[in-house]
Amino acid sequence: MEPGLYHILFVSSALFFIGIFGFFTRRNLITMLMSIELVLNSVCLNFIAFNKYLWPNKLDGIFFTVFIIAIAAAAAAVAIAIIINLYRSHNSIDVSTAEEMKF
Amino acid sequence: MPDNLYIILIPILPLIGFLLLGMFGKKFFGQSAGLVGTILIGISTLLSFYVAYGYFFSWGKKVNSYSPLFPVKLSWLEFAPGLSIDMGVMLDPISVMMLVVVTFISLMVHIYSLAYMKGEERYSTYFAFLGLFTFSMLGLVMSSNIFQIYMFWELVGVSSFLLIGFYYTKPAAVAAAKKAFIVTRFADLGFLIGILILSYYAHTLDFQTLLQRLTLQDSPGLQGAMSSTFLGLSALTWALTLIFIGGAGKSAMFPLHIWLPDAMEGPTPVSALIHAATMVVAGVFLVARLFPVYAIAAPEVLQWIGSIGVVSALIAAIIACTQTDIKRVLAYSTMSQIGYMMFALGVSGYGGENGLGFTASQFHLFTHAMFKALLFLGAGVVIHAVHSNEMKDMGGLRKQLPVTHLTFLIACLAIAGIPPLSGFFSKEEILLAAYNSNKMIFGIALFTSGLTAFYMFRLYFSIFWNKPAAQGHHGKEGSFALLFPLVVLAIGSVFAGFIPFGNYVSSDGSPLHTSLHLQFSIAPVLIGVAGILLASWFYKNKSERPGKLATALNGFYTTALNKFYIDELYIFFTKKVLFNLVGKPAAWFDKNVVDGLVNFSGNSTLSLSEKIKGFQSGKVQQYAIIFLVSVLLLAVLVIYIVNLS
Repeated sequence: MEPGLYHILFVSSALFFIGIFGFFTRRNLITMLMSIELVLNSVCLNFIAFNKYLWPNKLDGIFFTVFIIAIAAAAAAVAIAIIINLYRSHNSIDVSTAEEMKF
Repeated sequence: MPDNLYIILIPILPLIGFLLLGMFGKKFFGQSAGLVGTILIGISTLLSFYVAYGYFFSWGKKVNSYSPLFPVKLSWLEFAPGLSIDMGVMLDPISVMMLVVVTFISLMVHIYSLAYMKGEERYSTYFAFLGLFTFSMLGLVMSSNIFQIYMFWELVGVSSFLLIGFYYTKPAAVAAAKKAFIVTRFADLGFLIGILILSYYAHTLDFQTLLQRLTLQDSPGLQGAMSSTFLGLSALTWALTLIFIGGAGKSAMFPLHIWLPDAMEGPTPVSALIHAATMVVAGVFLVARLFPVYAIAAPEVLQWIGSIGVVSALIAAIIACTQTDIKRVLAYSTMSQIGYMMFALGVSGYGGENGLGFTASQFHLFTHAMFKALLFLGAGVVIHAVHSNEMKDMGGLRKQLPVTHLTFLIACLAIAGIPPLSGFFSKEEILLAAYNSNKMIFGIALFTSGLTAFYMFRLYFSIFWNKPAAQGHHGKEGSFALLFPLVVLAIGSVFAGFIPFGNYVSSDGSPLHTSLHLQFSIAPVLIGVAGILLASWFYKNKSERPGKLATALNGFYTTALNKFYIDELYIFFTKKVLFNLVGKPAAWFDKNVVDGLVNFSGNSTLSLSEKIKGFQSGKVQQYAIIFLVSVLLLAVLVIYIVNLS
C-alpha cells in the first residue's frame, strides 16, 4: 500500500506527542533537549508532507524545513552551552536541581 | 542718547563679584575677597553717577521734563506674539535716583565691611552675598516691566534671607532669617496676584504701556478693570491694594513689620545696607513706580496707603522709645521713617503742585538712606567697641569714639529734622504735603516727628553721655576703612538737603519748584527741639527720671516695650487659630486620606502578589505545562469560540 498523507501525519503527530511527553517527564536536560528535537522534527515532517501532497509544484515547505533544521542546530548549540554552564555550577544536569530562580 | 550698553554693567558687575567670590572666593581670594567686591561695586558706583549726570543734565532732559528712557530691551520669554516677558532697563528720575543711592550706600557698606568683617571665617561668602544683593536691588530699580521687578524682588528677598542668617550658628539669626523670609513671602503672594490682575486687564507687563493704558480714562483696559468688581471693590482697586501689600511686606509697614526688628540679627553693615537704606524702601519705590495708576485711577487705595503709613510711623516711633537694643531702636526708627515716605505718597496727587507728596517721599527716601546708613554704621562701631547691643553697657563713649560721636550726632540731628541738615528739608516737604491734604495725618506726623527727635536723642545720650567714661576697655575706634564711610555719609547727610530735588524728581516728570515756607517750619522744628531737650533732660546724665516715667506710664510702657504684643498676636493667630483650625485637619486629611490611599494601593498589590507568587516556582517543566495548556486553550478559543472565518 502506497503511504498517503494521513500516514505521514499520523507519524508526525506521534513524534510530536512523544516529544512533549519526554519534555514534561524527563528530568535530564539532555533528554529534554532531545525531546524538543523530536517536536521540531515532527513539524518538519508536516511541512514536507503538506508540500508534497497538496502543492507539489511549490517548494515553500521544503525551504521552511531547511530553516528549521538550521535553527534547531543553533538552538541545540545554545542549549548545550547553557547545560554545560549549569553543570559547572550545580555539578548536575538534573533540571530539578536548578530551581533557584523563583519567588 | 549715546552708546548705552555700559548701563548694563552697573548691575552686572556686582553679579560678577557674586559669582567669582561665591565660587572661588575661599580658594583663590581669601582675604582679598573683600577688595575684589569693593572694587567691582566701586566701578558700578562711578558708572551710575555718570548715568545720573547724563540723565539729569544732558541726554535725559527733554525741553522741560524728564521722560522714561529704555536703553536696553530684550525679549526674554516669548509665549505668543504680543505676550512676552521682557528684560529691560528703564531709566526715569526715580530709578536713576535709586541707582545712585543703592550703589553709593552699597559702596560705603563694602568699604566699611572690609574692616568690620575682618577675620570672619566666611569673609568671602559675605562679600559674595553683598554682591548678590546689590545686583538684585539694582535690577529691581532698573526693571522695565512688572514681571521683571517681581523676579528681582524675590532675589532681593533671598539675599536678605542669606545675610540675616549669615551667623547661622546662632539660633536667633536662623529664626530671624526664616521669619523675614516667610513674612515677606506671604506679602509677595499679594504682589503676584496683583500683577496678574493688572496685566490681565492692561494686556501688558511693560511699565510704560501699563501706565498709559491704565491712566487714560477711556482706555478699554481701565474700563474693564474698573467695571468688574469683587466683594464691592473694583478689580483695579484689588490689584493695586494687593501690590501695595507686597510693598508693605518688604517695607515693613504695619502689620507686616514684625520681621524687621528681628532682622537686626544679621551683621550690622548688612542692616545698614538692606534693612535701612535700600531693600526696605523697595515698597515705597514700587508704589512710586505705579504712582500714576494709584493717583489717577484708584485714589481710595492711596488713602489707605496714607493711613497705614502714618499708623506705622506712629507705632514704630512709640516702640522705639522703649527699646534698649540700639539696633532695634534703629530698626523701629527705619520703619517709622518709611511710614513717613508711604503716607507722603498717600497724601500726594498727580502732577504739578499736587505732586508735592511724591517728590517729598522720594526726597526723604534719598536723605534717609544717607543718615540711616550712617546711624547703623556708627552703631556698628559702637557695638565693635563695647561688644554689646544693649544700651546699659554703653555710656560716656564720646571721648573714646570721637569720630563716631560726631557723625552719629549729625545723623541724629538730621533725622530729627533740625535745619539745615538734610532730614529737615525732606521732612518739611512731607509735612507740608500732609498739611495741604489731610490735617489728621499731618497732626499725627507732627507728633511722630517729636517722638523721632526724642528717641534718637535718647539713643545718642545713652551711648555717648549718660555715664562717665568707663575705665578699662580702651578699644581704639577702628581703622580708616571703618571711619571713612562714616565721614562720607555724614557729609552727605549734611548737604543732601540742599539739592533742589523737585527739579529732578516729580510725579509727572516736569520740574516742581519747592520753596521753603519759613512760618510753616517753625512748629516741626520747635517740636523736634523739644524732643531733643526732653531726651537730654532724661538721659544726658544718669538719673532716676526714665524709670519714674516708666512707672508712671506703667501699662502703656509695658505694652510699648512688648511692641504692642503684635508678635504675640501673630503667634497666637498662627499657633492657636491657624494650626488648630487649618493645620490639624489638613494633617489628619493627609495622614488618613492621602496616605491611606497610597498605603491601600501598596498593600493591596502586596497581598495580591503574595497570593499569585506561587506560579513563579522555578520549575522549568511547570512553566512549559502552563505554556502548553494556555496555547491549547487559545487554540480552542480561536477555533471554536471566536470563529475567525
